[in-house]
Amino acid sequence: MIVARTGNEAMAEAMRQVNPDVVAAYPITPATEIVQIFSSFVHDGLVDTKFVAVESEHSAMSACIGAAAAGARVMTGTASQGLALMHEMLFIAAALRLPIVLCVVNRSLSAPINIHCDHSDTLASRDSGWIQIYTENSQEAYDSVIQAVKISERALLPVMVTIDGFIISHGMERIDILDDREVREYLGEPPKRPNLLDIDKPITMGPLDLQDYFFEHKRSEIEGMNTSLPHIEAVAREYKERFGRYYPVIDTYRIDDAEVAVMAMGSAAGTAKVVVDRMREKGKKVGLIRMRVVRPFPKNYLKELIQGFAAVGIMDRSDTLSTLGGHLYVETRAVLYRASHQPPIKNYIYGLGGRDISLEEIEEIFEEVLEIGKSGKVTEPVVYKGVRE
Amino acid sequence: MKEGWRKLPLGAIIPEAGSAEKFHTGDWRSERPIYHPDKCIQCLICFIYCPDSAIKVEDGKVVGIDYDFCKGCGICAKECPPKAGAITMEREMK
Ligand code: SF4
Ligand code: SF4
Repeated sequence: MIVARTGNEAMAEAMRQVNPDVVAAYPITPATEIVQIFSSFVHDGLVDTKFVAVESEHSAMSACIGAAAAGARVMTGTASQGLALMHEMLFIAAALRLPIVLCVVNRSLSAPINIHCDHSDTLASRDSGWIQIYTENSQEAYDSVIQAVKISERALLPVMVTIDGFIISHGMERIDILDDREVREYLGEPPKRPNLLDIDKPITMGPLDLQDYFFEHKRSEIEGMNTSLPHIEAVAREYKERFGRYYPVIDTYRIDDAEVAVMAMGSAAGTAKVVVDRMREKGKKVGLIRMRVVRPFPKNYLKELIQGFAAVGIMDRSDTLSTLGGHLYVETRAVLYRASHQPPIKNYIYGLGGRDISLEEIEEIFEEVLEIGKSGKVTEPVVYKGVRE
Repeated sequence: MKEGWRKLPLGAIIPEAGSAEKFHTGDWRSERPIYHPDKCIQCLICFIYCPDSAIKVEDGKVVGIDYDFCKGCGICAKECPPKAGAITMEREMK
C-alpha cells in the first residue's frame, strides 16, 4: 500500500507491524516521534506490546536488556545524547547476545548543542558490538526495521537501524508498506533461545567473568560479529523474494563503467545519485558507493569494489577527532592496505550539525575526484566541505 | 580442563543451576575458623550468619565447617555467643 510517511512515522509503522513484546523508551529530538507514535498504538490497543516509560535512555536500554534476557522480542528508539547515555548498556546487550532492535535518528553530539543531523552519535557506538545499518530514505528505513528483527534473531546480536535527523526523520516521502499479516507471517514467532523465564532450564546471565574466562567469551562475541554478514545478506535476499525490495550490504549507483566514485552514507547518498545522473549526462564516468552496513564492516566487498576505480572520494558526516579524518575514510584506508591496487582516496567531511550539502558541492567533489583520478595525486587528504574558513 | 571459546555457550551464560558449588571460594581464605564442639551450645547463630553457607549442619546440629567454601570472613566467630566462644580464628597456613 502506498502511503505518505516521514522517516519517524515509517519506523513507528514498522514497529507496529512487528508488534514487539516490549518497548522501553525515552523521548529525544529528533527521534521522539518514533516512540511517541508507537505509544499511541499501545494506547489504542493496536499492538500487544508492554510499553515501559522509563526515566532515561540508560534505563531504556537496561529495560530492553532485561526484557530480551527474559526471551521477549524488544525494540526501542533514540538519537544523539540519548544513544550516548545508552553507551554503557549497548556493550552489555551485544555481549549477552540479545536480539534488540534500536531505531536511531542520526543527530550530532553536543557540544555545542545542536539537534540536526550528522553521524557522530551512531559512529561513536561502532565498537559496541551492534550491527549497524544506515538507511538512505523512509522506504529503506521501514524495510530495514523489519529486516533487523530477523537479522538480530539469527545473528543473536542487537541491531541499530539509522535514519538522518530531520532530513529523513521529518521529511514526508511516498513509501510502500506491507500488509500487517505479511509482516507477521514473515517474522513468525521469535526462535527459542536460552532465557531467564525458562524455569525448566534455569540459566545465569551476566555473571562475574574474570581472567580465566572473559577472554574466551569476548572471542566468541567477536566471532558473532565476524560471521554476521551472511545473516544480513540472507535476510536481504529473502525479503526481496517475498516483497520485491532489495538492499545490498553496499549499495552502488552507476558504477559499472565509472572511472571514479564517491562514497557516502545516509541521505546524502540520495543527493549524490542526482549529481551522478547530471554528470553522466555530461559524459562524465562517475558512480556512487553507498555504505549501508557499517558493522560488520564489509571489508572484502569494499576491497573488491574499490580497487577498480582511478580515485575515490569519501564523504564522512563525522570526524574521528583523531587527526586521521572521518570514520569511513579511516576504515576504507585500513581495508585498502591489503588491496593489490590502491586507488588514491580523499576525505570530504561535510554536513556536521545538519549543515546542508548542495548538489553543486557534491558536483565539486566529483570534479576534484576526476582530477585526482587523472593525476593520481592527492595533495590534501582530509578536507572540510562547506565549512567557512 | 577449561573449555576453549568455541565450546562456550553464547552470551557468557551459565546454562546450569547451582554451578557456584564448583567455585571453591575457600581458596581466598587468609584466616581459618576453628570449631570447638565441646564449647558449642548449638544455638545455630553461626549457621544463620555465615554468608557462604559454610557451616555444616546435620540433623539440626552444627558439625563443623566446610573449608571448600568458607572464605574466612570471621563472622561466625564474631557472632558466636561470647560465653560459648565455640569458634576461634587462626592464620591460614597454606
Ligand atoms: S569464617 Fe565466614 S565464611 Fe567461614 S564459616 Fe565463618 S562465617 Fe562462614
Ligand atoms: S554460634 Fe557458636 S555456639 Fe552457636 S552453634 Fe555456632 S558454634 Fe555453636
